[in-house]
Amino acid sequence: MAETKNKKGEYVLECHGISKAFGGTQALKDVDLFVRPGEVHALLGENGAGKSTLMKCIIGLHKQDEGTIEFEGKPYSVKGPVEALKAGISMIHQELNPEPHLSIAETIFLKRENTKGGIFLDKKAQNERAEAILKQFGFPHSAKTLMQDLTLAQMQMVEIIKAVSCDSRLIIMDEPTSSLDSEETEHLFRTIRELKAKGVAIIYISHRMEEIFEICDHVSIFRDGTYVGERSMEGVTRDELISMMVGRKVENVFPKTDCEIGDVVFKVEGLTGKGFENISFEVRKGEILGISGLVGSGRSETMRAIFGMDPIKSGKMYLDGKEITIKKPSQAIKAGICMVNEDRKSFGLALHRSIRENMALATLPTAQKGLLLDKKKEETNCVEMGKLLSLKAASIEHEALSLSGGNQQKVVIAKWLLANPKVLILDEPTRGVDVGAKSEIHNLMCEFAAKGMAVIMISSELPEVMGMSDRILVYHEGKINGEVQRSEILNGNENQETILERAFGGK
Amino acid sequence: MAKNGEKVLGIEKDKFRAFMGKYGISVILFFMMIIIGIVEPAFRSANNMINVATQVSINAMIAFGVCLALTTEGIDLSVGAQLALVSCILGHTIVNLGWGIPAAIIVALAVSTAWGVLNGYMIAKFDMFPFVVTLSTQLIIRGLAQVISGGKAIPITNDAFKKIYSMKIGPLPFPILVLILVTVVMYILLHWTKLGRYIFAVGDNVNAAIASGVSVMQTKLAVYALSGFLAGVAGIIFTAKTGSAQSNIGVGYETDAIAACVLGGTSFSGGIATIPGVVIGIFIIGFIYNGMNMIGIDSYYQSMTKGAVIILAILFDKIMNKK
Repeated sequence: MAETKNKKGEYVLECHGISKAFGGTQALKDVDLFVRPGEVHALLGENGAGKSTLMKCIIGLHKQDEGTIEFEGKPYSVKGPVEALKAGISMIHQELNPEPHLSIAETIFLKRENTKGGIFLDKKAQNERAEAILKQFGFPHSAKTLMQDLTLAQMQMVEIIKAVSCDSRLIIMDEPTSSLDSEETEHLFRTIRELKAKGVAIIYISHRMEEIFEICDHVSIFRDGTYVGERSMEGVTRDELISMMVGRKVENVFPKTDCEIGDVVFKVEGLTGKGFENISFEVRKGEILGISGLVGSGRSETMRAIFGMDPIKSGKMYLDGKEITIKKPSQAIKAGICMVNEDRKSFGLALHRSIRENMALATLPTAQKGLLLDKKKEETNCVEMGKLLSLKAASIEHEALSLSGGNQQKVVIAKWLLANPKVLILDEPTRGVDVGAKSEIHNLMCEFAAKGMAVIMISSELPEVMGMSDRILVYHEGKINGEVQRSEILNGNENQETILERAFGGK
Repeated sequence: MAKNGEKVLGIEKDKFRAFMGKYGISVILFFMMIIIGIVEPAFRSANNMINVATQVSINAMIAFGVCLALTTEGIDLSVGAQLALVSCILGHTIVNLGWGIPAAIIVALAVSTAWGVLNGYMIAKFDMFPFVVTLSTQLIIRGLAQVISGGKAIPITNDAFKKIYSMKIGPLPFPILVLILVTVVMYILLHWTKLGRYIFAVGDNVNAAIASGVSVMQTKLAVYALSGFLAGVAGIIFTAKTGSAQSNIGVGYETDAIAACVLGGTSFSGGIATIPGVVIGIFIIGFIYNGMNMIGIDSYYQSMTKGAVIILAILFDKIMNKK
């Protein structure tokens, strides 16, 4: 392992000028990355900054359009994770996906099983080898234990052990602590330090600033698919890193209009469920309430629970001052709370059905003439909505599948407008939508607010949240970590840095 | 504005494809009828047509139910066994217990509908695979039929009962009237009611349906209950036709029903179906049996032809609908 010295000697992994585009979106623009042997190298950046795309290029899940990668001084190009593992690079994913019915030994030696004569599995030898490796790591279970009986932290450790047993010289860890408690995190850090001592390089992706300061040697910062630069962790400050991540100035390209803000329409108190706890907020007539925070911080989870898609453990909800219970979406719709889900394809549309059917789906109970559907009224409604939202479709009888992303989103919005909501929740309403449609959707949000609707918008794009909201709630690890008023943004007391700071747990 | 020939041809080609995509199955049916009609002139007679329509009415009832199940991304394999159970209930109540025909029919339909509800409940409540659930319940249902009939055929000599199949209103036998009525009701149900829209939505994207406030439980219960009820109707017609209650009837009937659905453009991945399509599918299957019988082709070859026609029809549909 000490032979990882290459000609230049300094780096184990060098990425030069990597670019990658998906359709029209440039995910990576001329990105570099240099990792030294035996170091822990952090990658930092907002959601969508390009960290994951670069990692996928390294382990061969994507092929970069331009640029070269060198590993241990030699040109490196692999067709997938299996080849990458053979070459000496492995990745521990954030979402672990073990085969629950395999034993630890079987997981470690998956696809390189011990055999007798190349045909029959030699379980005994395999278990013995696995036991030996587990012992080195002080792992508390026998190699025969099934993966399903392990905790998440232990599954992760098995993945790391597997990587080491494959003689990986570079291990990529994507948000490894996101589901670990503090004790498990400490244990993981001990293991990382041991690996470092053995000369293994680690790329560490995390949103948790404290951890990066604790465990990492260098940090590379990414922003909007570009490489901002590298810093040594010694001597760099948290503020410096955050301003490198943000970089840009907020331009006022958002059509936010001030409209009269009325009484409180909807209020939640101490709402707790999976991924969020003790959430309290209220939203008023004519107000656009922005929700900011990192992906996985509990923003969508809260809204899904309010809309009845996920269960609520405790807490109360009030609509127009009256307490309401919502256990399923139909109750929310009836009460006047509608939600445009972040995942349009999974939760928004029946793609093979017509635009008309999709628009009408949520309001069928009120659009009947006796037992039959009132198709005439339905058609008038749909055509009207199409005009209001300037939907670009040849006919409302066409499949929803035939529309562009922005127009599909408009169909989903139209579905909810027909339900005449008091509270409209929009989760990432402009994700995967082109620029033109994006500003149209922003305009519509202002119109809805002007009509007296209460709008709640979740967005991962800071400029969008800041440009569109009357008020912003910032989430951090399942809790609300601060509230920002529009006036504070306008007078400069609050900016992207301060909001991001809150999203990372600071004040 | 350039009027180059390719473009015009392109549009025409697109139109042709769109037309064939939508009506291709009807075109197949049309050519099939012409070819059989040329080879065997007797095929063309009004009598034969009425004969075919009467025969297909049994498969049609089953196919409509299966079509609903397929459209919710499910399947109902219990329909064949339901036929046998209904038959045995009719035989037992009318012959052994001396019940009146209306009472016997009501009880038989109630039982088959109840089995449908049970199928739907297990599928919706516990998220079990429809294939496995109905594969299992059909064993229980057929077993029940055997218990009721004692494994022996019960001859039903009651003329009033047999009239259900042979009675004519004007030129049309009663089963054809049932077929017309059920087709109209099914058409309205699937294309003109809330339930129909929910069935499509649940089948196309169950998560989006739930997020739009659709009750998956109610929708699936209704679908399998209807499938059970319609299988019961098929059982009544079948028993009236043969005049005998038997526990071994209806074996493999789900195959013909599924074939009719698929021919009629019902998607196996749910969310896509039309009632006119299924009706055409039903008649294609009917004409394969009838036409080949008239031409005098052995039944072994009928089965092979049926398989080949289905595959060709689907292939044709795939090619015509390719973007």
